[in-house]
Amino acid sequence: MSFVGHQPPPIFKRGPAPVARLFAFVAICLVLLVADLRFRYLEVMRNALSVVTYPLQMAAATPADFVRNASRYFATLIEVQIENADLRRQQLASGERLLRFELLEQENAQLRALLDMSRRVEVKSIAADILYNAPDPFARKVILDRGTQQGVEPGLAVVDAKGVVGQVTRVHPVQSEVTLLTDRTQSIPVSVVRNGVRGVLFGTGRGRLEMRFVLADADIREGDQLVTSGLDGVFVPGLPVAVIMAVDRETDAFARIEAQPLAAVETSVQVLVIGRTAYPPPPPEPAARER
Amino acid sequence: MQPTNRSSRILLPVKLWFVYLSLIAALGLEYIPSGRVPGIPDWVALVLAIWCVREPLRIGMGVGFVFGLLVDVGQGAAMGQHALAYVVLAYVANGAARRVLWFPLLQQAIHMLPLFLLTQVLMLVVRVLAGAEFPGWSYFLSSLSSALLWAPLSILLMLPQYRPVDRDDNRPI
Repeated sequence: MSFVGHQPPPIFKRGPAPVARLFAFVAICLVLLVADLRFRYLEVMRNALSVVTYPLQMAAATPADFVRNASRYFATLIEVQIENADLRRQQLASGERLLRFELLEQENAQLRALLDMSRRVEVKSIAADILYNAPDPFARKVILDRGTQQGVEPGLAVVDAKGVVGQVTRVHPVQSEVTLLTDRTQSIPVSVVRNGVRGVLFGTGRGRLEMRFVLADADIREGDQLVTSGLDGVFVPGLPVAVIMAVDRETDAFARIEAQPLAAVETSVQVLVIGRTAYPPPPPEPAARER
Repeated sequence: MQPTNRSSRILLPVKLWFVYLSLIAALGLEYIPSGRVPGIPDWVALVLAIWCVREPLRIGMGVGFVFGLLVDVGQGAAMGQHALAYVVLAYVANGAARRVLWFPLLQQAIHMLPLFLLTQVLMLVVRVLAGAEFPGWSYFLSSLSSALLWAPLSILLMLPQYRPVDRDDNRPI
């Protein structure tokens, strides 16, 4: 404590001693941390404080916007022409698939009506741009330019042209925060396209994904495609997520399965926010145990 | 060599509104989205440390706590993460103020470097305990750039307090 120094003699009254104040503040901070990280109690407080910080954040984002737009402005004509040709080709290819898709969807609706099954969930989608990586260096998150005003809700899936990128975890009025698939705290329920084996994909924080809690003898091979299963009631089923890279069955009861995300998770710029318009009813209460 | 209190030539008292204005400006700089470029200094910690060293009786842990919470909200970090780090920073900087000010600015920066590292380590420990990933060693570059900016920013923030020089040979100071 010699670096911190000795306290002056208490000639003038200046409230509680610095050490006492330090412990009080540290205690408050620890309570806040536990309440936020463990129980997520502080969203109300966060929203209240963000009213104060929001104008400042908007002002601070302006130079970044300017740099972004300026680089786009100075793109050369040739680059734009090449990109345009590429896009036309892609549109032609996807247009043909879309024609077939509409036909199939109609057919599917009729068949479902014949079988008296419930209709598939309606999907809503919102196009958005990724503005920048979230500044918190401990998590893999990005900020979108769409928020509650455009209908974004927490829990919606975010996809790019190839597959799922992440999930909306926090929403502000005109921005929202997306946790990427590769974040360590992110997980997503998936099923294998080939045979419908279900599992849950977890981020590892190193760019790869890991499928956990799949029995060692499950029928999963390298190269299998994974899509969202929709069993969580949040994600839309059938969105492509990842492809299996390696399966190791030598470990223990569970196989060790590594997967590579299909989407350009860390680099995509234009994304779609996709969600259900209606959530499934809550699961039935477990029947009371008979005595 | 006997140390002299050269670095604190007699200054006008600082206006409190100027302190808060500089802290709010630092908050604005902190909010500039920079992606994942390593080595961006922690502006609020830097300005807070300067004021804690220069005005230990007026700026301290309370200010650190409030601005820490504002940084937490703006960055989407865990609530209380920056607040905890800044409170400890303010405590140590307040206590070290009377020692640090005896040194010239560059040596002050060397004193402050371990302090900035301490705040970063505190945040790292809090988040890793909560299950976050280690962001890589380049994370600590931020302390280094903060310490490098200590001298220029100190001069900048002290400028309004310099009194105009009027030489008087009959006056001792």
